[in-house]
Amino acid sequence: MRSLIDILDFSTEELDQLIEVAKDIIADPDKYAEKCKRKKLATLFFEPSTRTRLSFEAAMLELGGSVIGFSDANSSSSSKGESVADTAKVVSCYADIIAMRHPKEGAPLVAAMNASIPVINAGDGGHNHPTQTLADLLTISRRLGRLDNFTIGFCGDLKFGRTVHSLINALSRYEGIHVVLISPDELKLPSYVKKDVLEKNHMSYEQTESLEEAMPKLDILYMTRVQKERFFNEEDYLRLKDSYILTPDKMELGKSDMAVLHPLPRVNEISVAIDADPRAAYFEQVANGKFMRMALILKLLSEAGKI
Amino acid sequence: MTMKIDEIKNGIVIDHIPAGRGMTLYELLGLDSLDCPVALIKNAPSAKMGKKDIIKIDADIPVSFDIVGYVAPSVTINLIKEGSICEKKKVNLPETLTNVIKCRNPRCITTTEQELSHIFKLTDRENGVYRCIYCEAAAK
Repeated sequence: MRSLIDILDFSTEELDQLIEVAKDIIADPDKYAEKCKRKKLATLFFEPSTRTRLSFEAAMLELGGSVIGFSDANSSSSSKGESVADTAKVVSCYADIIAMRHPKEGAPLVAAMNASIPVINAGDGGHNHPTQTLADLLTISRRLGRLDNFTIGFCGDLKFGRTVHSLINALSRYEGIHVVLISPDELKLPSYVKKDVLEKNHMSYEQTESLEEAMPKLDILYMTRVQKERFFNEEDYLRLKDSYILTPDKMELGKSDMAVLHPLPRVNEISVAIDADPRAAYFEQVANGKFMRMALILKLLSEAGKI
Repeated sequence: MTMKIDEIKNGIVIDHIPAGRGMTLYELLGLDSLDCPVALIKNAPSAKMGKKDIIKIDADIPVSFDIVGYVAPSVTINLIKEGSICEKKKVNLPETLTNVIKCRNPRCITTTEQELSHIFKLTDRENGVYRCIYCEAAAK
């Protein structure tokens, strides 16, 4: 049974196909309005994530399907001690496909190993969040018209940001990607990601602490939040926090066709004044997330012979 | 100083274990539960290695080559029949380790789901890096 646990579960050809389907959905949504009629998506959210859950639910409803599930562990059988494996087996009897969010890393893989229906990882702790990466890829593809030969800057918390690691992983298989890592020393990309992904795949990259310096080079700027609790002392946080806030001044240094992405929610790392800038792509990215989830549901249900 | 350990008739000799890893191998192979003669020789002189550990098991029992390969990929396993070596086996780092080591990542699903097998995959043969299949944390 095919599932999506890690973005690397899909080949680049499959990712390209998903992007094409998503673009077709955007162009002609009516064509897809009944594709999943009488099919059920189970959203098993063992921790709250309203935006991701709503995105999955909206995706299934727009495909003509319906949704069952729960939105936190207290309202599921896990509060009675049921294992993830058993939950997956039980839900397989009720639904056609599962989207699972879980605070423990690897829980969706356990579900996929035990379910008789496809499982989509909707985020497992700080580990993987492949459907966010799908949203990122569609946004880049729509903005640049390609997924190769561009320069992308990742800014902010590159140490703990799973969306950053996941997108770098996905991009490692495309040609001509140059990565600019923009972060304070405390929040640098972990060395295992540099070694296992960037260097192993011969990706060119550079590191800098200055967003201003990096801006003119970038085709894509991927912003993340710098969280106070990641710092050992408040002094460092206060010294660095403003360096990684995107303001209209800094935007002036960027290319006119650059695109700014952010996995959201944002706190203050992108000034609200930038929302009106045509280069701001982060709300578009949210919409793209829904379209990619629609394409993904269609692919997995089709491969499972359910539609 | 020399030390004589009786030769075994039918069984297994695990030779060229890097000094200091013999006890780990002894424990992981569960040799303490056997009731046949088992010898763990530590710090035996070795022309090649300086010092080495050796394990001798005087019984024809199945030994997990995966465990041996993980703990000491340099070892030689000699299978003994009727007092002489009938087969020499070299081991490699195994592709998968199941329930040999435990994932230490507190955020891993294996910490809360006690029934799950602890499975690790070899992700970097050159450096001998194993990662948990669930959370991808490297084995320590």
